[in-house]
Amino acid sequence: MQRHLISAADLTRDDAVLILDTAEEMARVADRPIKKLPTLRGRTVVNLFFEDSTRTRISFEAAEKRLSADVINFSAKGSSVSKGESLKDTAQTLEAMGVDAVVIRHGASGAPYRLATSGWIDAVVINAGDGTHQHPTQALLDAFTMRRRLTGRDAGLGQDLSGRRVTIVGDVLHSRVARSNVDLLHTLGAEVTLVAPPTLLPVGVESWPCEVSYDLDATLPKSDAVMMLRVQRERMNAAFFPTEREYSRRYGLDGERMARMPEHAVVMHPGPMVRGMEITAEVADSPRCTVVEQVANGVSIRMAVLYLLLGGNEPAVTHTRTEEK
Amino acid sequence: MSKILIRGAKVLGGEPQDVLIDGETIAQVGAGLSAEGAEVVAADGKVLLPGLVDLHTHLREPGREDSETVLTGTRAAASGGYTAVFAMANTFPVADTAGVVEQVWRLGREHGYCDVRPIGAVTVGLEGRKLAELGAMHESAAGVTVFSDDGKCVDDAVIMRRALEYVKAFGGVVAQHAQEPRLTEGAQMNEGVVSAELGLGGWPAVAEESIIARDVLLAEHVGSRVHICHLSTAGSVEIVRWAKSRGIDVTAEVTPHHLLLTDEMVRTYNPVYKVNPPLRTERDVHALREALADGTIDIVATDHAPHPHEDKDCEWAAAAMGMVGLETALSVVQATMVDTGLLDWAGVADRMSLAPARIGRATGHGRPVSAGEPANLTLVDTAYRGRVDPAGFASRSRNTPYEGRELPGRVTHTWLRGKATLVDGKLT
Repeated sequence: MQRHLISAADLTRDDAVLILDTAEEMARVADRPIKKLPTLRGRTVVNLFFEDSTRTRISFEAAEKRLSADVINFSAKGSSVSKGESLKDTAQTLEAMGVDAVVIRHGASGAPYRLATSGWIDAVVINAGDGTHQHPTQALLDAFTMRRRLTGRDAGLGQDLSGRRVTIVGDVLHSRVARSNVDLLHTLGAEVTLVAPPTLLPVGVESWPCEVSYDLDATLPKSDAVMMLRVQRERMNAAFFPTEREYSRRYGLDGERMARMPEHAVVMHPGPMVRGMEITAEVADSPRCTVVEQVANGVSIRMAVLYLLLGGNEPAVTHTRTEEK
Repeated sequence: MSKILIRGAKVLGGEPQDVLIDGETIAQVGAGLSAEGAEVVAADGKVLLPGLVDLHTHLREPGREDSETVLTGTRAAASGGYTAVFAMANTFPVADTAGVVEQVWRLGREHGYCDVRPIGAVTVGLEGRKLAELGAMHESAAGVTVFSDDGKCVDDAVIMRRALEYVKAFGGVVAQHAQEPRLTEGAQMNEGVVSAELGLGGWPAVAEESIIARDVLLAEHVGSRVHICHLSTAGSVEIVRWAKSRGIDVTAEVTPHHLLLTDEMVRTYNPVYKVNPPLRTERDVHALREALADGTIDIVATDHAPHPHEDKDCEWAAAAMGMVGLETALSVVQATMVDTGLLDWAGVADRMSLAPARIGRATGHGRPVSAGEPANLTLVDTAYRGRVDPAGFASRSRNTPYEGRELPGRVTHTWLRGKATLVDGKLT
């Protein structure tokens, strides 16, 4: 595995399966009365968030704390960044305080890559979402959720997602989640279909390792998992689609459409959901929808990533599995 | 001024000859010329070209002297073999009045490294709404003949039409920065396979091509000439080729970086590759090289765009657009056009000196290397191979995309009207 986690495309199949398997071990910690491991004791992780994000930051923070890391939260608002400080100076300032890893969320695509490769700092860099580029831990937690639901918690260990058909629906153009998922799911052997109005697909999408369709109804019966992406209402002001209602009619997931999916198929959403836009309340609240599980799984995945990038050779979980049962 | 004898220079890449400079002019060209009373420069098979002319340079003064001044920019020009540069109008204040263009022109004269021909803004403040006083700039001491809102497109079709018409009265030319603004809102790089993957805002080729198509038709309609700045796509080449075949009076330039680099470089997210227009694809690069070879594209212009380090040492989206180019242009042209067999040195002289001087009406520049002509000359060691080291640049800025890259050729001497501005690679 590479030293940093910048893009889902940097992960090999074996890297990805290792992260998913490690996350399963981490998930068991959450079932214990004391949800904490000493693995990263004495290590410092900074959550460097230049963009507002409650759920991703909290998820990373929970993961870091469960691994006993010292956590520093830095949000750009009200900080020196809003006074014009550069990314380089901010990062160097933090590293001077002895930071071992930087979890970065940034509105500019490529900012984590720059941080990891420009020689500005030595710390491990973990991308928590950059512009419309990548959000690798989201893709990992999505793959983890799919493997659990479709293959099983124990049966899934060591397995990839070969042959699984995943449909990703919505604003692909502006979505880092879609890019990361296409890369990772392809690496894990799944067949991905993107469904969106042509205006919300990037020019160049034809080179991605996936299929593209404009027809949601034709794709649903052939899906093991359907991932709905958030569609911001403001997009219609830039003529990406005519109205919210038209978008919902053509690309929204309601109960009727969900019924056309195979019985075992799940509905996923990276959150935050826009109910009534890309997903109806009926679908969002149905047992087939994994949105809450995805949040829980996010903590396990981020623990696994932090452990694998920072933890070194020590086993993450020292107790045997029989003890936990 | 004394005499200088350049011994054994391949004039425009031809057989070695001697060239005698007397004062400001070339006195004699021939074999075995007498060195009596002359300082001898042993050319030893180096190539002698007419002094290069850059139709597209950003000197940044007035306003951004932290990135370049007329002095540092013209020193960079002399280093790169240039004897005349056209200074773009997007300074602070904008070069949209006779006062500003005269200031820039005078600074160039005082420093004496290279003739500075200011370009006047087409519209007041580069805002695209109201014509600047084009006639006053032309009649000023600076004698402006080229007008451009470069950095911004004259996107209003009526303003563009009027500008094209108006400058006919004094033989001026409008140089268009072809970029449809609505199609490039938030654009960060060429729109295509790479932008889709990197998640950077796409800059479609059509945003350039649609403006060029409109402007050649406008030029035809009003019977004016139009110049297209930094043409960057295969589609733009096709439009200009079509326009020329119709007899439309259009000229076009290509930058050295668009002849060499592609949008694949952006995968590094290193803003040193961020430029306007953006780096395009391999296919575009080949189309541009062929068009420069066959004359569809008339000239190479550097679009030398200095920026201070901090404007590039940051994340991609926050970085400034542009690259320095004066000191590497000839090497890039040798690598992409001469060493590939697409163009000989006479062709290089045409594309980098004769044609740009003609388009910009730079009197005394872009002349043949023959007796009686002004001694504006450039001597190039074409056998040289070396890595680009920005630390050695004369420019105040270092934002080159070629750092560490091996490029052929090195300018060793530059003469501006008989006065050496560069000797053995060192500025005088």
